[in-house]
Amino acid sequence: MSLKPFKSIGIGVAYSPNLKANIFEAARLCVFFGSKLFLIHVGEKSEDKIAMLKVILKSFEKDNLEYEVVFKTGKPVDVILSTTEEKKIDLLILGAVQRERFLKYYVGSIARKITRQAKCSVLLLIKPSVERLPCEHIVVNGLKDPKTEQTIKVAFYVAKKLKSEKITIVEEIKQDQISVKVDDDKSLRRANIIKERIRLRENSRINEIISHIPDAYTKNKTIKLQPIFGKKGYSIGHYAQISRADLLVMNAPIKMTFWDRLFPHDIEHILTELPTDVLILQ
Amino acid sequence: MSPKKNNIKDFLKDLPKNIFSGFVVSLIALPLGLGLAMASDAPPIAGIIAAIIGGIVVSILGGSHVTIAGPGNGLVGVLLIAISTLGLENAYVAIIFSGVLLMALGFFRMGTLADFFPSSAIQGMLAAIGLIILGKQFHIMLAHKIKREDTVDYLFEIPYSINDAIHYENKGLIFAALAGVISLAIMLFYSKIRNKYLQLIPAPMWIVLLSIGFSYYFEFGLHEPNPIAKEYMISGIPSIQNIIADIPTPNFSSIWSLSFWGSVLALTLISGIESLLSIKAVDKLDPEKRRSNVNKDLKALGLATVGSGFLGGLNVVTVIARSSVNVNNGASNRSSNFFHAVFLILFVVLFSTQLTRIPLPALMAILVYTGYKLASPSVITKIFSIGKEQLIIFFITLIVTLKIGLITGIIAGVIATLIIHFIINKSVALFFRNVLKPNVLMFKETGSENNFYVSVKHFCSFLNYYKLKKQLDAVPEDEDVIVDFSMCEFVDHTVMENMHSYQELFNKRGGHFDVIGLDMHDSNSKHPFALRRMLPVPRIIKNSLTRRQSNMEALAKDYLFNYSPKKEKEVSFLNHFQFFSTKHINHIYNKLSLKESTVCMFDVEFSEGEFIAKEVVRSTMLYIELNDSIPEFTLDKEGFLEKVSAFAGFKDIDIENHDDFSDRFYLQGENKTEISKFFNDDVTHFFESNPYYHVESNGKALLVFGKERLASLKEIKALFDFGKRLKEVIASV
Repeated sequence: MSLKPFKSIGIGVAYSPNLKANIFEAARLCVFFGSKLFLIHVGEKSEDKIAMLKVILKSFEKDNLEYEVVFKTGKPVDVILSTTEEKKIDLLILGAVQRERFLKYYVGSIARKITRQAKCSVLLLIKPSVERLPCEHIVVNGLKDPKTEQTIKVAFYVAKKLKSEKITIVEEIKQDQISVKVDDDKSLRRANIIKERIRLRENSRINEIISHIPDAYTKNKTIKLQPIFGKKGYSIGHYAQISRADLLVMNAPIKMTFWDRLFPHDIEHILTELPTDVLILQ
Repeated sequence: MSPKKNNIKDFLKDLPKNIFSGFVVSLIALPLGLGLAMASDAPPIAGIIAAIIGGIVVSILGGSHVTIAGPGNGLVGVLLIAISTLGLENAYVAIIFSGVLLMALGFFRMGTLADFFPSSAIQGMLAAIGLIILGKQFHIMLAHKIKREDTVDYLFEIPYSINDAIHYENKGLIFAALAGVISLAIMLFYSKIRNKYLQLIPAPMWIVLLSIGFSYYFEFGLHEPNPIAKEYMISGIPSIQNIIADIPTPNFSSIWSLSFWGSVLALTLISGIESLLSIKAVDKLDPEKRRSNVNKDLKALGLATVGSGFLGGLNVVTVIARSSVNVNNGASNRSSNFFHAVFLILFVVLFSTQLTRIPLPALMAILVYTGYKLASPSVITKIFSIGKEQLIIFFITLIVTLKIGLITGIIAGVIATLIIHFIINKSVALFFRNVLKPNVLMFKETGSENNFYVSVKHFCSFLNYYKLKKQLDAVPEDEDVIVDFSMCEFVDHTVMENMHSYQELFNKRGGHFDVIGLDMHDSNSKHPFALRRMLPVPRIIKNSLTRRQSNMEALAKDYLFNYSPKKEKEVSFLNHFQFFSTKHINHIYNKLSLKESTVCMFDVEFSEGEFIAKEVVRSTMLYIELNDSIPEFTLDKEGFLEKVSAFAGFKDIDIENHDDFSDRFYLQGENKTEISKFFNDDVTHFFESNPYYHVESNGKALLVFGKERLASLKEIKALFDFGKRLKEVIASV
């Protein structure tokens, strides 16, 4: 297993009030993961802009942060996507938008398009801040999917690097796996027996995955398994929100078609309402 | 989970009880069936046909346990319109089609249908139906038949009818109106008199028996014709041969009109809603705490309706009043529904000529009472106490239903509710953005607690309540559930009411159901209404105490008891007593307790039955907590009622060497050997030498009370003394 998944981290730079916070978050992650930072700007190259970025990144000089500023004109979505491919960026950081008055965050239209089309991993930040907020609790999906094993491993890697103490692995189980419909006492009893069986099976599957991860990463971490019967992609977001997780790690969706957007499922539920910072792993 | 029992043996053992309760129910079903059919302008026998077909089909194919099926009062309004616009022939065809649609609802698992309507709108619709029934039948009750176009006109003419009735000069009309008024008085005061001989026969049957007796008295006693005017007697009760000969042949030629399908839809909607609401209410009364399979029941009701329509009967729905009577008389499975149908067949076969001796006004008095109960002022005060906006929804639905029709009425109620929700939240977006999104998360918390945690986001109202309900229904009722609304911006009255009924259900079945996260909503000014009112919060203490209360306070001072007149809603400790298993406890109040509080006495308000069979009872009871566990038993005085129930399959446990005790007391319980052991010489002597009380043990505590009414101060002292000494005797065992 590659235990240095993020060799290069990219971030789109637009001159907004959040600029400093966004860059600080990205730079901090680069320091934690030992990666190179790419600042992607959609627009003409200018000395002023470079100077400004330099000022912002000054405080990271002592950490030997390696960075590169990329200027490119065109449509924002195309520019960012093409740059990530050219520069072989492993992780792209995007900021979310807060809905007015409510404590709700959602992914803006540009960021959403990028998330859907990006071939690299994506980190969506809900509240970038200049000061570091500790990341204590990571929630990661445990779907029955070939990508899941890698996702859980990366989650443990991130937990180690960010010094998170707790990891919860959520196994979402679709309702249709329970072959019995609850109508009366008898069917309820049967449904609960089936649920208990699925619960045990899922837990042993996840435990198997955890046993493959080197001890160095799992040591001293509180690991919790939480099976949830509910809508795939939705339940985990809701769970991350109520358990006040600091980071949610998800598999990248398999393929997006027009219909997936029309009838939102899986990751789309999370994009319409970010419960916390979300890391989507490719 | 309890081990699988010998089903056939149990069934046979419970059979006498079920036959008995089926009999009692048939006593109510007979007059109600006749009356409901006549109120709908159908031939009186149509109601009985519906009850018979319903009883047979639903008891065999249904999915509920102690419900009774038959003609429903909610349908009177719709049937009336269907029959007047389509004619009787086509109305039967409409009934058949509504049965098919009802079956389809069952097959598509639409048992949640009733959850899509705001509860205040349903209340408004039911009240409108009540007013339709009341308005039309009130005139017939006073022997003053009138015919008006608009349902509202009937209501406005009530004073004129009363005025006319006072000035009757025709002897036939006077007697007819008297029969109506006396019958109404019987319905009104029956529940106030708690006499076990009187209560053996339900009020509607008393009316039937008295009026038939009256007619025989004139015929054979006075050799005079019945003084009640001929046109105010029930006519056209055919004999069984005629019923079979007169089965209508359905004519499907006129099914392509809009009004036809309007009627079919209205019939389906109302029968669906009425049945679903009744099943839900009856499930709470089921002493064996079973869960009904609503979809299976809908299919059975649909099939029964199809059959009933073909045979010339009305729609078959689950009916709440008859079901609650069924439960109260000891029914334990669906066979009682079957026997209620069998007894109805017997009545029609054997007594069809006697039935024509019932005066019409007497029968209509039963319906006037039913209508009054649906639209009684207490319904309005209850809704008002929840919130003014609920009253607006209620009245909009009520008025539109009366003025235009049922379907339009309920739609108006839904729209009014939505608009009020928009205004309260000052946001339309909240609803539009989130209505289709999933918003409920449920998981079983790992670790030691093992309870189910449910979190709800965005908003939760009648629009998306079914999502929450689906999750909650997947939890066995003896588990612990926590529902968290802290991430939910808006919770409406319909949801809160349902949460409350889940709370009751879980409490009764040994689980816990907690609703949390609503405290934050209070601080938020834009936030909801009913919330606070729906949660069981003790009322503010009333400043003025009644005489009895101040006497109790003085008594408490003398004997160093604690006294609190406050109403307490926390009554779960009473749920485990046999006595309360089919009753609903409202609250306890006027609590007297000893300092160490293992013995306490309180007034308790509970209700028996539902709807027109509902009786609210207040009684003073003594509750003794025991240190050691004892067998569960019920001890009563040997008497007439017990003889009847013994006949119906209950067993009295006799204690050896204590013939006097065994003769005088009626002892009942599951574990016979343990009970015989427990009732040793000391305990039996104590009961023999002391005044009689009803004593009941639930294993850990005793419940003692004298009569089904509040006790006087003297009785309170005696009861308290009895309890203290009883505790000492038991402690020495």
